[in-house]
Amino acid sequence: MNLRRRYLRDRVMQGLVYLGTLAVLLPLFFILYYVFVQGIGALDLAFFTRPPAPPGEGGGGMLPAIVGSLVVDLIALALAAVFGVAAGVLLAEYPDHPLNPFLHLVSDVMAGLPAILMGLVAFVLVVKPMGHFSGLSGAVALALIMVPIITRATEGVLKLIPWEITEAGLALGLPRWRVILSLVLPAARGGILTGLMLALARGAGEAAPLLFTAFGNPFLTLNPLEPMDTLPLKLYVYAISPYEDWHRQAWGAALLLAAAIMVANYLARRATRS
Amino acid sequence: MEGRYRMETQRLSVYYGKHHGVRGVSLPVHDRKITALIGPSGCGKTTFLRALNRMHDLNPIVRVEGRVLLDGEDVYAPEVDPVVVRRRVGMVFQRPTPFPTMSIFENVVAGLRLVGVRDRKRLMEAAERALRMAALWDEVKDRLHQPAVGLSGGQQQRLSIARALAVEPEVLLMDEPTSALDPISTQAIEDLLATLKDEVTIVIVTHNMQQAARVSDYTAFFLDGELVEFDRTEKIFTNPKDPRTEAYITGRFG
Repeated sequence: MNLRRRYLRDRVMQGLVYLGTLAVLLPLFFILYYVFVQGIGALDLAFFTRPPAPPGEGGGGMLPAIVGSLVVDLIALALAAVFGVAAGVLLAEYPDHPLNPFLHLVSDVMAGLPAILMGLVAFVLVVKPMGHFSGLSGAVALALIMVPIITRATEGVLKLIPWEITEAGLALGLPRWRVILSLVLPAARGGILTGLMLALARGAGEAAPLLFTAFGNPFLTLNPLEPMDTLPLKLYVYAISPYEDWHRQAWGAALLLAAAIMVANYLARRATRS
Repeated sequence: MEGRYRMETQRLSVYYGKHHGVRGVSLPVHDRKITALIGPSGCGKTTFLRALNRMHDLNPIVRVEGRVLLDGEDVYAPEVDPVVVRRRVGMVFQRPTPFPTMSIFENVVAGLRLVGVRDRKRLMEAAERALRMAALWDEVKDRLHQPAVGLSGGQQQRLSIARALAVEPEVLLMDEPTSALDPISTQAIEDLLATLKDEVTIVIVTHNMQQAARVSDYTAFFLDGELVEFDRTEKIFTNPKDPRTEAYITGRFG
């Protein structure tokens, strides 16, 4: 094959790669563009500072849902981080532990389960014993979705940390747990943080597992033992309502959610780099 | 006989699965002397070294038999905590291993701080002492709080030595500490060994026979997992008893 044909072939391949990239990015761009155009009009001051108005009345805002999302998502992240990171440490640092095959299986199965099933689990675990819906039960449902993501991310990044670091720590006469806690985990913190952010982004967008756990609440509350609203819940309820004004606010909620998740991702990436 | 030496192995064997990596080695380690372990690749010298402070413990396929005495007591006895053994018998590895998230200062005092020493003054004194012993103090004293990964390879290796010295071990095991370094850094570390042996007993694995001849007081020659010959270094290099030792040091194999 002569050189000219090689160049030509290279050009064609490059073109195909760009085309493929475009085919992936274009729908994403249109989604973001559409959400932005539809939602930006709804984001006024009232949207961020007022509780919802009764149907048809107009005005009102998303304050309870915004606060609720923050509270539920952060509790979920805290719960999931503890269990997810612990499981990841066990899988990566103690590869011969007898629990590990079981843990791998559970983590894989959990990652594949429909999100609404996690709502069901949280309903049985938390809502039933408490006797009523609550933000906490919603957080448990979301945590169940987040745990396998965090576990995998932690396991993956810990396995990349050179074994020499562990050995160097042990050779200083440090116990194994101290080596993991103070030497290995800090070296892996960027990757773990990215895992936490991915899990947060995944959980923060879920509405289905919250339908019969966090349930929703038109009134502002900071108490996670009460029913709570979240942005995806509100988005769902407003989107299927017959009211024009609620549709508008649903778009606003969609835009806010998308923006928040993108900012979280950006911050995680920046933290990882430093 | 027991307690005559700082350390001593008795019929020490190490198995990697079915592979018999170290075969019944009995070797004395003299107090505050440098003992060099030489031999061709795969002869078991590193495996032997790592058995001295129980670094094999974490690898489930490795089995250690025989005894390793530290001041006359078997470090593999059931009641002995390997963490305590490693505190008394430190180790420096082939490649420098600065802890990547820590500054130079934090690296040096890691072994103290992570077991609960909080006293800032004491940590600072320990850091200076260890860095001086490792001949690194003058190069880093003005940037102690900068990341350790910014140091050159040779400096990183001396930092690893300083870090090992900061916990004041009685014995320091060194696994080819200069094999990843340039000649000037190697020279710095060899000079350092000579001053260190006043305070700490050193066992060093080296690929480099000239290095063993230059720095050590005693030399052990390993071949196929067995200890072929152990004697004073000048004896090994001038008048070896075993023909295999002579063949090796004259460069006929390995």
